Amino acid sequence: MVSAGIDIGSRSIECVLIENGLIKAARKTDTGYDPMSQAKKLIADLSFDSILATGYGRNLFELEYDSKTVTEIKAHAKGARFSFPEALTILDIGGQDSKVIRLDITGKVVRFEMNDRCAAGTGKFLEIMAQALGFSMDTFGTAAKNAQKSLGISSMCTVFAESEVTSLLARGENPEEIAKGLHQSVVKRAAAMLNRVSPEGPVVFTGGVAKNTCIVKFLEQTIHREVWVPESPEMNGAIGAALIAGEN
Amino acid sequence: MKAQLFKKLQQITEQNLMDIESHKQNGNHAIGFYCLYAPTELATAADAIPLPLCGTRQDPIEAAEEALPRNLCPLIKSSYGFAASDTCPFFRFSDMIVADTTCDGKKKMFELMNRITPVHVLQLPQQQNTDLFLDPWKAEISLLKQKVENLTGKQITDQDISNAIQLLNREREALKRLMDVTRAIPSPLTGMELIEILFKTGFFADKHKGIAIMDEIADACETMVQNGESPFKKTTPRILMTGVPVGLGSDKVIRIIEESGANVVAFENCSGYKKTFQVDETKDPLTALAETYLSIPCSVMSPNPGRFDLLEEMITGFSVDGVVDLTWQACHTYNIEAYGVQEFVADRFALPYLHIETDYSQSDTEQLRVRIEAFLEMI
Repeated sequence: MVSAGIDIGSRSIECVLIENGLIKAARKTDTGYDPMSQAKKLIADLSFDSILATGYGRNLFELEYDSKTVTEIKAHAKGARFSFPEALTILDIGGQDSKVIRLDITGKVVRFEMNDRCAAGTGKFLEIMAQALGFSMDTFGTAAKNAQKSLGISSMCTVFAESEVTSLLARGENPEEIAKGLHQSVVKRAAAMLNRVSPEGPVVFTGGVAKNTCIVKFLEQTIHREVWVPESPEMNGAIGAALIAGEN
Repeated sequence: MKAQLFKKLQQITEQNLMDIESHKQNGNHAIGFYCLYAPTELATAADAIPLPLCGTRQDPIEAAEEALPRNLCPLIKSSYGFAASDTCPFFRFSDMIVADTTCDGKKKMFELMNRITPVHVLQLPQQQNTDLFLDPWKAEISLLKQKVENLTGKQITDQDISNAIQLLNREREALKRLMDVTRAIPSPLTGMELIEILFKTGFFADKHKGIAIMDEIADACETMVQNGESPFKKTTPRILMTGVPVGLGSDKVIRIIEESGANVVAFENCSGYKKTFQVDETKDPLTALAETYLSIPCSVMSPNPGRFDLLEEMITGFSVDGVVDLTWQACHTYNIEAYGVQEFVADRFALPYLHIETDYSQSDTEQLRVRIEAFLEMI
């Protein structure tokens, strides 16, 4: 029995195949302007017995493929438990939203909070700020880690923060120090949400932003809790969807 | 049966504007009311029609934002926008507007609205049922009585008020009976249907027509329950909505909840169950009015224990599976009180709880859908 999970997010689409509790295949692509044709291309040459969709594009996918759907909250809960069976708290920072999920010991979602009305503190925010400072996404985190001090960025709004960064550069401030300030502001926002929704114990950190080792380090320093990052954090939602597809 | 009654409800709704018009042509008055705290009995006692006013639609908000800040409660902006753009027939019919100092946003908005049409603002105390607050509230209600007398030229006697209390108690009884039909599992009415009935009957000039149609619908629903008819299954998740008022046009959250496979069975808000508190017919009428109206548990009251009592009663009485707490954007009191409601629902009932802060626009529909579906997955 091969089950597939597809996570159609606002920035990227991931697909995972699971057979006998093992990941058989995992791949991703950009969402682009036409999420359905991107999703179709991604799974065109894959064969599976059942498929289940999650993410913003899930309802569109459901119409085309007659697949079941789950919300990304449930998918992330399932996926985090696959990588870390003890997980009780999940922080997911994706392309355009961030969320904290609390589970009970059986893995059931008991509380969650989402920020998805703007790009503040998400992957998109970091992407735009890296661009404004002339870093690639690969070097942005390292640059921030190397900085001696951190320049405070007071605005969390992507639009306002970009003008704040521009004026700091115009004042001749060091880009690495600005980068550090930006990373810390993302972490502060995530920490506040964590403290509200699930204030204790280790945190499973998923989503594309979890690949930024600087964010992970600052997060550990800020919340004084263990932060567990799965091997492919951006695949977490698709893994969860594939697991749920296998159950049905 | 139910479908026919909804058709009838629509006919009365269409007839209603003509009813108001002919009432006014006969020399009678109409008084517009914004908030549940203002006793509509005083209008009825003077043979004036008490009219609720529009404030649940997105359309006039753009017009309102010419004067009001964007970052303000949509209910306040919509109410003002309807007045400023002259698009609410009930506002136009009103010879006088009765408002109150419910919250900061409303009271400052009413200052601007007063330039369009005279608004009489009641100074609403923010604590309940101690004489320190009840006495001035009673004085406010006496003052309102004088204002209504001046407008209508009719001397309002205690007997007039008692008669009005009896009539509106009868209306509240009909409202409660209608809202109680959804206690059945599964419920015979959808939350959207209930909203439609509550919203439309609210505007009826002829109270007896409203009471009659609500009774008819309740009868039909009770028959449905006896015959085991329902749009839902026994397993359909039953949701209680709490927080800010909702009406046609500001119903998107209810719509999404029901599109996602659940049933909103109870409304703990001032467009729902808070409308059903009976006024004591044995007491001095002005005192009885002051007591009941001040006891309405809106989050503007501090502290606001009545809301938690009502929640407790309704969560149990309506066999609720989850609670959705709705806050209109920039409504500080409901937004802050959500913290305590979340704790209460979790600690006392261990039920899933979802707090939503939104406005009347459709811009966040898909984001809300994710939250609501994830909330329903928790049940």
